[in-house]
Amino acid sequence: MKRDITERLLAARKAGRPVALVTDLGTGLQTLVYEDAIQGGFGLEDDLLEEVRERLRQDRSGLVSDLEEDEDGVQLFVQTHNPPLRLLVVGAVHIAQALAPLAALTGYAVTVIDPRGSFATESRFPGVSLHDSWPDEALTDLKIDNRTAVVTLTHDPKLDDPALLVALRSPAFYVGSLGSKRTHIKRLERLKEQGVTDAELARIHAPVGLDIGAVTPAEIALSVMAQITAVRRKAGAA
Amino acid sequence: MKDDILEQVAGWRAEGRKVALATVVATWGSSPRPVGSQMAVDDAGSMIGSVSGGCIEGAVVHEARKTMEDGEPRMISFGVSNEMAWEVGLACGGRVQVYVEAVE
Repeated sequence: MKRDITERLLAARKAGRPVALVTDLGTGLQTLVYEDAIQGGFGLEDDLLEEVRERLRQDRSGLVSDLEEDEDGVQLFVQTHNPPLRLLVVGAVHIAQALAPLAALTGYAVTVIDPRGSFATESRFPGVSLHDSWPDEALTDLKIDNRTAVVTLTHDPKLDDPALLVALRSPAFYVGSLGSKRTHIKRLERLKEQGVTDAELARIHAPVGLDIGAVTPAEIALSVMAQITAVRRKAGAA
Repeated sequence: MKDDILEQVAGWRAEGRKVALATVVATWGSSPRPVGSQMAVDDAGSMIGSVSGGCIEGAVVHEARKTMEDGEPRMISFGVSNEMAWEVGLACGGRVQVYVEAVE
């Protein structure tokens, strides 16, 4: 890997800019493909370029080859570099204290949102990004995209409901909400009164997490992280 | 985890160490690490990341040393049925192709 490629790759990652590193496995030459630009050792035909960008959007590394020259064709390897997945947790509660490190280990950048001053503190959440504004404001500020999961954990309609109103109308790939089946039925009624459609309501994973018989905060965190993983990887279990 | 590897590589290079980067470019059957998984090796034998469940890392380090010396990229294949160059198999029965390159 040439020095300028390494430097540009690191700069893009630091800036949170999606980029694919394309390596010609025959020559070792490399090119960087951004969503709107290309830079490096070789150019790409339009259809190959589009294939690389599609992989970047899907975050799917892999081989692509130039079909027109099949026998001695060029074989390219595409390595996608996207900004980290994000988990936005509403409620700086005990379960959140277990969920934050577990999510970080799984590769998510975690933000915990709680306007109640004594909950979202650095000592309870060392190294975690904390937000003390109201959940709907915080979620709007944080610009939820399709690489974002949102989990509400407060049990408190004052905090959870505004968060869900924003999350359900966002491109978030996962929305989960803590609470028993009964709590969830009441929640659905409240949200419906606020104009949330049935299709939007159906996006909520509740009771949150895979059914693994979780009891302790750490076990519940594990079930939530397992469910988020299953949804992201499109497994049947979610 | 892949997110830390390039930063580590850059750190090693800044200290003047030679570094090789290995990337899983293709897999067949069951394999422990997905396409795109990376590991980096420096000339002192330090290692970060992984390209399998620990089955082939030793062999990759061996190839990485050659790449650090001559600067040439290498493609290596591992699998239970591959007896050409490698005695190293994957216990899981999968096959994996790894690209090793020098980092300038």
